[in-house]
Amino acid sequence: MSVCSLFIGVLDIRLSELISGDIRQWEIFFISRLPRLLAILCTGIGMSVAGLIMQQLCMNKFVSPTTGATISSAQFGILIALLFMPSSTLWGRAIFAFIAAILGTWIFVWFIQRIQFKDVVMVPLVGIMFGNVINGITNYLAYKYEMTQALSSWLVGHFSMVLRGRYEIVYLVVPLVILAFIFANHFNIVGMGKDFSKNLGVPYNFVLFMGLSIAAMITASVVVVVGSISYIGLIVPNLVAMFKGDKIRGTIVDTALFGAIFVLVCDIIGRVVIAPYELPIELIIGILGSIVFIGLLLYRLKNGRKAIRFGKKDTNTTLLKGGAGK
Amino acid sequence: MIVEKLTKKYDGKTVVDEVSFEIPKGKVISMIGPNGAGKSTVMGILSRLIARDSGLVKFDGTDISKWKSKELSKRLAILTQSNNIQMKLTVRELVAFGRFPYSGGHLTPEDKEIINKAIGYMELEEFQDRFIDELSGGQRQRAYIAMVIAQDTEYVLLDEPTNNLDIYHATNMMKIVRRLCDELGKTVILVLHEINYAAFYSDYICAFTDGKIAKFGTVKEVMTKETLSDIYNVEFEIMEIEGKPLSIYY
Repeated sequence: MSVCSLFIGVLDIRLSELISGDIRQWEIFFISRLPRLLAILCTGIGMSVAGLIMQQLCMNKFVSPTTGATISSAQFGILIALLFMPSSTLWGRAIFAFIAAILGTWIFVWFIQRIQFKDVVMVPLVGIMFGNVINGITNYLAYKYEMTQALSSWLVGHFSMVLRGRYEIVYLVVPLVILAFIFANHFNIVGMGKDFSKNLGVPYNFVLFMGLSIAAMITASVVVVVGSISYIGLIVPNLVAMFKGDKIRGTIVDTALFGAIFVLVCDIIGRVVIAPYELPIELIIGILGSIVFIGLLLYRLKNGRKAIRFGKKDTNTTLLKGGAGK
Repeated sequence: MIVEKLTKKYDGKTVVDEVSFEIPKGKVISMIGPNGAGKSTVMGILSRLIARDSGLVKFDGTDISKWKSKELSKRLAILTQSNNIQMKLTVRELVAFGRFPYSGGHLTPEDKEIINKAIGYMELEEFQDRFIDELSGGQRQRAYIAMVIAQDTEYVLLDEPTNNLDIYHATNMMKIVRRLCDELGKTVILVLHEINYAAFYSDYICAFTDGKIAKFGTVKEVMTKETLSDIYNVEFEIMEIEGKPLSIYY
């Protein structure tokens, strides 16, 4: 079903763009629309997979690139690149963003491991605080060197700047996600704790930091091209886990697809609502995301940690009956 | 498994003090002793979860630190108390992780058979597709044991396996421990608080006080009025039920 709706989404866009389709429209299509679509898909996939990895590794359902200071660190990296190498290419900035994002995430995780409160809410709070500190420094530097204008395009995520030749870095998401898929079981085991992974012969620290680096690099490559996109990394993995459980091998594909669809839908809404202008995607995702998130919290309050099962109910009851019959 | 002059300090305080002993193969060995006597630390060092300060732990003739972690995980399994996983995994997925040292993420048909057997052995068939966070404490503990069985190791180390279980489930757990040894031929090392469980279900008892071994021997050798009173600093009486010494303390 996920695949199906993905294609509906894709078709939708093509139809809306090519409805008046003469040859010039096709040109626009290849220079702007197609890159945009691919960027959207990569963003959705990347951010939700990055969120999934971070949640597993930190053993906390509320950690994500937004609440784990990864996005702010990536922005900080971009600013540094803009300041010290004004002529830097997209790739130059990307490298700075990568390094900053990885370091920022490492510091955050190192920090929460040091302090022995494993309160579910405290960890993301620390992350948000840490992220804000980095944001503060970024803003301060931006004001001081009058870079706010240049920076603003990375602060609010939007796809309108995605054109051919300017977005290709986002493709990095693809090999990184594949890498994440290969190591999915390792991430799962590390997510179950240090003792648990040592017992199974999995090098805890190595996998932890490798996983975080992958998540940070995915995030950074999205931030460099699109800007900050919050919420997806938080909501999508949580929603998928509610239906599918936490075994990464089983959920990573669903998470990626669902993330892509979510961003796609938000993008379409953003472009349709006030056409011919468009709203930045960050705004739409923010609104939709908050609603979904509150719904999620309320649902959890009502039903505890129980899993939602579709269509599986029957098999369950029969199983139980079978058990009682014995 | 031979332990020689094991020492561990935390912040200058010696928790384990030159402990030496040898673990007999194919038996159930219980470590008992008051809080802070060092039994859990020794268990952690034996299973390479905790780094020691000095001494040797010889496993099959080679020091444990020279073993590759992955190889060791095919020979020795440990379950700690900290296994309260907040993760939505099904019982089957959890048990499958026991095969990780052998096949990584790709389960062979042989692995699947071993997983099925482990689930069957722990009588978890009807729960195998349930999420572990939906199970009761006793069922969850059984799921972890099933994972250890799937890990297929000669040595199994359990850190307070009866913790947080009621009498029924705790007794069942001890019976399972006995079966691991008698039916599957494993060497089981436990940290226990309930002396009588240790007395009734194990072959050897290793009693700790102040980071040292007070007494290591067969159940009958350790379960004496004098030894236990010395270790715990309370009055003990020893009775015999079904030919096994049980203690009453007051």
